[in-house]
Amino acid sequence: MTTIETDTTGADAATTPAPTAIVQKKQSPWRAPAAFLVMGLLLAIVGAAQSWSVALGILNMSLISALMAMGLNLQWGYAGLFNAGVMAFTALGGLAAVVVSHPPVWEALAAGGRSMALSGVILVATIATIAFAVSTLKGRMRKFAVVAIVVVGYVLLRPVFADAVSSIETVDPARTGFIGGLGLPIVVAWPVGGLFAAAVAWLIGKVALGLRSDYLAIATLGISEIVIAVLKNEDWLARGVKNVTGLPRPVPYEIELQQTPWFIDLVTRFNAGALEAAADAAEREAILRQLVIENAGNFVKLAYAGLFTVVLLIILALCVRALNSPWGRMMRAIRDNDEAAAAMGKDIKARHLQVFVLGSAIIGIAGAMMTTLDGQFTPGTYNPLRFTFLIWVMVIVGGSGNNLGAVLGGFLIWFIWVEAEPAGSWIVQMLSANMDPQSELYRHLQDIAAPFRLFVMGLVLLIVLRFSPRGLLPEKVRHS
Amino acid sequence: MPDATDILNALVLMTNFVFVPALAYGSQLALGALGVTLVYGILRFANFAHGDMMAFGTTLTILFTWALQAAGISLGIFPTALLALVPAIIIMAIFVIGIDKVVFAYYRKQRAAPVVLVIASVGVMFMLSAVVRFVMGTEDRRFTDGDRFLVRALDFKKWSGLDEGLAIQTTQAITVVVSLVVVAALFYFLDRTRTGKAMRAYSDNEDLALLSGINPDRIVMVTWILAAALATIAGALYGLDKSFKPFTYFQLLLPIFAAAIVGGIGQPIGAVVGGYVVAFSEVMLTYAYKKFATYLLPETMAPKGLLQFLGTDYKFAISFIILVLVLLIRPTGIFRGKVL
Repeated sequence: MTTIETDTTGADAATTPAPTAIVQKKQSPWRAPAAFLVMGLLLAIVGAAQSWSVALGILNMSLISALMAMGLNLQWGYAGLFNAGVMAFTALGGLAAVVVSHPPVWEALAAGGRSMALSGVILVATIATIAFAVSTLKGRMRKFAVVAIVVVGYVLLRPVFADAVSSIETVDPARTGFIGGLGLPIVVAWPVGGLFAAAVAWLIGKVALGLRSDYLAIATLGISEIVIAVLKNEDWLARGVKNVTGLPRPVPYEIELQQTPWFIDLVTRFNAGALEAAADAAEREAILRQLVIENAGNFVKLAYAGLFTVVLLIILALCVRALNSPWGRMMRAIRDNDEAAAAMGKDIKARHLQVFVLGSAIIGIAGAMMTTLDGQFTPGTYNPLRFTFLIWVMVIVGGSGNNLGAVLGGFLIWFIWVEAEPAGSWIVQMLSANMDPQSELYRHLQDIAAPFRLFVMGLVLLIVLRFSPRGLLPEKVRHS
Repeated sequence: MPDATDILNALVLMTNFVFVPALAYGSQLALGALGVTLVYGILRFANFAHGDMMAFGTTLTILFTWALQAAGISLGIFPTALLALVPAIIIMAIFVIGIDKVVFAYYRKQRAAPVVLVIASVGVMFMLSAVVRFVMGTEDRRFTDGDRFLVRALDFKKWSGLDEGLAIQTTQAITVVVSLVVVAALFYFLDRTRTGKAMRAYSDNEDLALLSGINPDRIVMVTWILAAALATIAGALYGLDKSFKPFTYFQLLLPIFAAAIVGGIGQPIGAVVGGYVVAFSEVMLTYAYKKFATYLLPETMAPKGLLQFLGTDYKFAISFIILVLVLLIRPTGIFRGKVL
């Protein structure tokens, strides 16, 4: 193993994520803590200057983004797999949140549940027959058999499935029109989201892994579009573009919190000074009311942040351990020189499939967490620029191959993504300060603020790729 | 048995709703895929920015169209955009060569892995799509003028006496004709001219081509010029035919890649064939054949459902499914392109 381990810098250029790094400079051990300190300061500045509610909002999405970046880093940084389908796994996690936590719609299940189950049986039977045919037949016979089974399966499935779909979707379509879920606590959906994503990743991996990385990228990009198309159109499953709203929460609701004695007590204790300064009891009451309303929102966000941090720390610990274990060494050996690794008896295909499934599972968990945070599942909002390529920017900028780098990338890039829009508006305001508000150019300038963030993202990616191709926190290569 | 009029009606129906739209869409995809395939063949990376390059080229075309219209210049029954294409292509070529100098040239010199170039192209994609939105906003824009129809449904009905009308939009006809001209010119260039031959040699075997004294910088520059021209033409034709909306150009990336890979990436002829394969499959699989069947079948057998294989919303899925099928059966595409 030692020969491969020490060979990482001079690795095969075709598979190394950061082949432009030639000389390995010694890294300061303070680099990561310093970077995170700066990140914390940035959030604190937003908290003080804009509002703590905004800062906490950024923090929550940063935690989720960091998790997604870690999942992608597992695939790209550890194994050099170009997954351009991050969006699909995020959305599958979101689907899990609906399927697990939404209460079941009994009327719809009574109307179409049986034929839906039957179509499920037909589907499984078709797949099983195909698997049987593939394993027993050979050559031309096999191709014919597979095509014949697919055709027969489709002909059998189509009417049963159409019947199931129409009977489910006609049940109160304005409110439900879908089968609902299991009605379990939504936190259960997080691991289930991971499982959903893992299952689909396994299927994708079986088809697309083993191709060169450009092709894998295009294939996964395509599959992610298919997954979103299915989620948008299969209304019986999760209402499609009609969205599922009002998903249950793992944290208290603001309204309830505002009535809860212990929370009011807590706010009173923290703001004793401001309350004492009040002139009379009525004013005191009014100030307290205001403070309780303000702080309830922040408390909810903090509760989410706590939950997300726990998940992030657990997965971070697992990833760091995995990277520093013999398994991690093997993955990097495969990434840097798959032929040498294969010669040493490593099963490249199986390892790639494994790491692809694991990384996708993490993204699925993050997807479920995001839908939990939103409280709704909206398939129409999944867009590859935001949910695939932005995550890529996070990994590249943070430092591929380094878990802390991925986390930092998630935080920093999400921060820039959110803050670029106000920054864009500010620039526009500066530019158009002396303009006539009725003029064409003025009105046009107002529309520029929104795409400004895309521009900044592209610029950040290109600059980092050019001048620090290994990211802000580069992968540590140990020579032993 | 259906009589002759019914058969004619059915044929006209298919021509109107399947053949003509698929032919136009296929031509647009073919031009897009040619650009992707050229960049892949010569520069050896999958250019994710190609969709947004198309959008940028179209933006230039629209701006020049507006300028020409403002100057009172038009092409009569043809859209003014055809004239605007010429300056748009020139500016676009300069712009794209500039992008290459600023972004891609560095990684080529470093002999970086192709994947690094792909990621760099993602960065270019982000910035280009932002620039397009800066200039054009995000709403739909129609910039076609001149005559809307070459053949009108009503005129056709009157002329033929059939129940079904045939309508051919000017933009559809122009798309097909322009694509034919462009593809013919490109193949002539690649097959007959010195530079074209040099490009093919470079694509087949870089080292051998360099040994025989081919100037790589020139090859790269010509490739980008061709890619810029193809992207602008493909984008403008697509925008004329449908409408211009920045985000749809990003979504075109998938069918374009599918077309290039299905045909055999790196093979220009494959890109053309792949474009039509993807377009015809998309249109034919999402068309509802109910009316078609009604013409041909006796009344008692009239179909109840729409007779649609897949909902229109699964269009993107189709291009990808074709991609997977072709790759499973013939991993290098129809025309044996480069191994990805």
